[in-house]
This record gives sequence, structure tokens and C-alpha cells, in this order.
Amino acid sequence: MTSKTTQYTLLLASGMMLSASLWASEDNRLSLMLNGTCMVCHGSQGSSVGPATPTIAGMDSEDFVDAMMEYKSGDRPSTVMGRLAKGYTEEQFQMMASYFAKQPFVRYQQTVDANKVKSGAKLHDKYCEKCHDDSGFSFNDEASAILAGQWMPYLQFSLADFHAGVRDMPRKMEKRMKKMLKKEGEESLDELVHFYGSLTEQK
Amino acid sequence: MSNVTRRNFMIAAGVVGVAGALGYQLNTAKESQKAPAPPPLPKKVVVLGGGAGGAIAAKYLRILDPTIEVTLIEQNKDYYTCFMSNEVLSGEKPIDDIKFGYDGLNQYGIKMVYDRATGIDPVSKKVSLQDGTTLSYDRLVVSPGVAFKWGTIEGYDESVIEKIPHAWKAGSQTVILRQQLEAMNDGGTVIIAVPPKPFRCPPGPYERASQIAHYLKHHKPKSKILIFDSNQAFSKQPLFMQGWEKLYGFNTDNSMIEWIPLEDGGNVVGLDAANKTIRTGEFEDEHTADVINLIPPQTAGKIAIDSGLANDSGWCPVNQKTFESSLHQDIHLIGDACIAGKMPKSAHAANSQAKVCATAIVSALQGKEMPTPSYGNTCYSIVGEDFAVSVAAVYHLDGDTIKPVKGAVGPSPLDASAEDRKREVAYAESWFKNITQEMFN
Repeated sequence: MTSKTTQYTLLLASGMMLSASLWASEDNRLSLMLNGTCMVCHGSQGSSVGPATPTIAGMDSEDFVDAMMEYKSGDRPSTVMGRLAKGYTEEQFQMMASYFAKQPFVRYQQTVDANKVKSGAKLHDKYCEKCHDDSGFSFNDEASAILAGQWMPYLQFSLADFHAGVRDMPRKMEKRMKKMLKKEGEESLDELVHFYGSLTEQK
Repeated sequence: MSNVTRRNFMIAAGVVGVAGALGYQLNTAKESQKAPAPPPLPKKVVVLGGGAGGAIAAKYLRILDPTIEVTLIEQNKDYYTCFMSNEVLSGEKPIDDIKFGYDGLNQYGIKMVYDRATGIDPVSKKVSLQDGTTLSYDRLVVSPGVAFKWGTIEGYDESVIEKIPHAWKAGSQTVILRQQLEAMNDGGTVIIAVPPKPFRCPPGPYERASQIAHYLKHHKPKSKILIFDSNQAFSKQPLFMQGWEKLYGFNTDNSMIEWIPLEDGGNVVGLDAANKTIRTGEFEDEHTADVINLIPPQTAGKIAIDSGLANDSGWCPVNQKTFESSLHQDIHLIGDACIAGKMPKSAHAANSQAKVCATAIVSALQGKEMPTPSYGNTCYSIVGEDFAVSVAAVYHLDGDTIKPVKGAVGPSPLDASAEDRKREVAYAESWFKNITQEMFN
């Protein structure tokens, strides 16, 4: 346990050091003002300390811009993001995206139900892993979201929105989610949330 | 609810660990960077006030340019955030949840001085402190928050605030008001008096009424809250009223909250502290209550007023691109004290202004052009159980004034779903966690 904790801390420290040097080595005066507007809610350098606002550090930059453009147009439902996104240009989104893509996704321990984590792990392997590989630790061409260690209320809100049909999802995901809900029941969504929330370090 | 609290605690514990590790690494990195070049005479920036503006300015000045010597002057070792202090009044949060210290800022090499600034000499560029020392600066950041205009309500001054708390600066005042609410009998009356605009945290008095109502609803349901308002309208008004209707019977015979606007005699003109009675409106009608929370009229913080940094309005005019004072060179003002165009006096606004100000100072000291600033604000108000609302805006410089970007400003929609109101509670909690994490770590 001790060695795991140490490893985890060192990983965090080296990640943070990298980003600190990014601040110092480039002319980041503009970055501070622009990306700084995101950090108040989404955490320093984009890693949220929770309990609900998602971490945006390490996010795929194309997906970042797409998400912001969808908020701006109103295609993606939100509470505040729809209002805020209208304040920026696509070029500004690109600048934000390239900054946050370079930041490490810092994961924090969350309170999870061990049984749900276990069921969620199985559900993930069966329905999600094919696209969200590495247990959702990273993004790829198929799946753009980092799920592992994301804040659980945010995962829950997102899954609820997909399920309710108010947020668009790729056809493949839609099919799989439908199948999962039919076979495994509504609680499967919650079990997935607990599984992703339980992941603090990549095995 | 207890689940959330436990989780928050775990997060807080985790954060301390990370900050410690980061501190060690950063210091090492900085020392090795410094070694080769012969040190030029370091530029000195002094920051007055370690709140939502000052702490952020000090931190990012050091991050943007580690060669700058930054000294942060703050009176209190313990900082109590005003934001979320209404949730302490309702008992939803213990006072320690809004208490923070500055040790987490050590990692940036900021020189902390716990003292009170007593004077600024803008000509010799020196700040004097209560303990008799003086500090010279190349640039000064003044982030003093607000001061109270004592004497504008007859009978209300600092000598009675233990009995009639303002609780508009968090800490012991918050605790006193909470204790009075706890001591009050069911069926009692609470008065909240709102000063004329502008004041710190425009939706604050109404969130306070909401949070107190939340407490009374569950513990003293026969009690009433009267809001005496020196204004005719208020921030997020339709949203608050919707929440009050849903949660506290507003607009019914059994309403827990009553709002008395200026036109109906809402302005408080006098106080009889001994008898817990206020006089309001043109005819000086008397109202007695069990608990009176008088929020005094406000100006920029005392040091700004005393140093001639404010104009006749009592607030400090600045160049809104750099936050440099319009009245004295090389002094910048941020947060509640400054006149920042259309930005409200909020912690989030102060945070945003601090980042722009730090950038402006570093640009000036390095002889670089100041990039185009971007500013933002999001303010959450938790009206009650599963019901929070927000106002959000992105700002830019329009001519020489900060204005919202067209379309990017506004409150939560009136027709939002119950689910969205509930989510805004979770996002309000997150906003608090993240802004305080950024300030103190």
C-alpha cells in the first residue's frame, strides 16, 4: 500500500512539474488570462478537485473544440457551459484545447461501492472496452473521452443525458448502451460510474 | 448529504498530499533554473490582501516570472471565505469548511508577511506596515476588499456588531450570526437589511435569506425572514423568487420570506441595538426582530480610501486592461475595490482580474506588450435543497471598458429542469473546491 501511494505521488509530482515548466518556459501570459478563465471551475491546469466539475486536462484537443462548439450552438445540453461558450471564438477554443491537452489528468480518490465497482468492471469489459480501451484511461480515434478517474457526478450526469436522448452519441455507443440497459438493467449505468470513479492509477 | 461531506473530506486530504509533493519538485526546479545567469536586480511586487484577488495575483506573478520578488501582506493567518459562508449560517457547512491558510503558497516562493498595511506612499513607492517596517515596490497590487461606511445608518457602528452582526466579512461574524439563529425560538423574526448598490456579492443577501430559510424550515418553521432592501431590484431576482415559491411558500399567506423593496420603505435609516429595532423608509417605521443582520453600505477597502486611490464614488478607478490605478502610477487595484466595467464584485471576478493584472505587471516589467485580456465570472447561489442557480459571463475589453461578450452573459434559464437546478448545486460545490484550491495551493 505504501509503495503504491509513493508511486502515485511521484507520478503526480512529475506530471505537475512538467506542466509547471510549461508555464515558465513559454510566454504564457495570454494563456494565463484565457485558460485561467476555465481553471476557476475546472481546477488548476484543468484537473478538477471535484466533486462534480469534470477534469479537462489531457483532453483530446479536437474533442475539446468540438465540445465547446456544441455548447456554443446549444447542441449539447449544459447548465452554465452553453452561456459561457458563447463568449469565445473557435480560435480561442483551439488555444484552450492545445493548452489543456498538454496537462496531466490528475486523479483523486473517490468514495465508491466495491460491489458496484466489480459489476461495473465486467460491464466495461463487455460493452465499453472495445472503444474506450485501457479501461478508459486515454482517448483514441474511436472514443474521445477520458473516463478513468473522472468525477463520478459528472459521469452520472453525462450517462443520464445520453440515456435520456438529450445528448447525441455515436451510433455504435447508442446500440451498445441500449443492449446493456436491456440486458443488465438501469443500475448498470451507476455501476459503470463507480468503476470509472474507482480508477486512480493505470495498471 | 453526509456522504458528500465525507467525500469532500477525502478530496481535501488528497489535495494536501499533492501540494506537498509539488512544492518540493517546484523548488528544486526553480533553484536549478536560477543557477547559471548572474542575477539582475530583482523587481519587487508587493501585494496587499490575500483574498480571492491578492492570493491569485501573488501566485501567478511568481509563476509567470520567478525572478520577480513577491511579498504578500495579509492581516490574518486564517482566511475565511465569504463565498459559502451563507451555507455556514444554515448549518449545511461547519465554519472550518470555509477556513484556509497560506502554507500551500510557500511552494511558489512568495514572501508572506502577516501584518496590516497602514499607508502607501505612491511617490517614493513604499508601503508602511503596522509593525513600523516599510517595504519598497516597483509595482503594488492592492486587493483590499470592501470597507463599511459606518455612520450612514444612525446607531449602527462597529461597537454593536457583536449584537447586530453584519457577517459580510466571514469568520467570527459568521459564527455570531449562526449562534443567534440557533438561539432564536421557533416563531421568531429575522431581519436582513441590504445596503444600496454597489456592494460585495450582489446575490449574497438573497442567498443568505434563502439559506436561513432552509435552516428555519427544518428547525423553526413558524419563523419569518424580512428582507429590507435599499434597492428596487436584485441579482437573479426571478430565479430567487421562483426558488422561494417552490421551497419557502413565497407569495402565499404562509411565506417564510418577505421582501420589502426601497419603494415600500425598504431602506434602513436607524437602529436601536439595545431593543433590536430598526427604523425604515421615509416615515421611519419601526420593526423589531429576534435576529438582525444589517449589511452596511460599502466602499473600497480602507487602505485604498486612505491612500487616495478611490474617487468620489468610494471605489477605485483603473485602466481596465491592466488594472493600474487611474489616480496613481504603478499601483494596481483588483477585486471588490476596483471599478471593473460591467464585472460584478465577486470572488470569481477578482480571480479573473488578478490573472489579467499579473499578466499586465509581468508584461510591463519585462517590457513586453500586454496581450488582449479575457475575463470571466460565474456566481452560484444555493437557494435550498437541490436548487441552485447561477449567473455567468465572459467579458472582453470594449474600448476602454470591460463588457460582456455579446450573448455570453446571463442567469440560469427560468424554465430549467429540476435536474439542472440540482446539478447546479453540485457545480456550486465544485466551484468552491476549485477556486479555493487555486487560491491556497
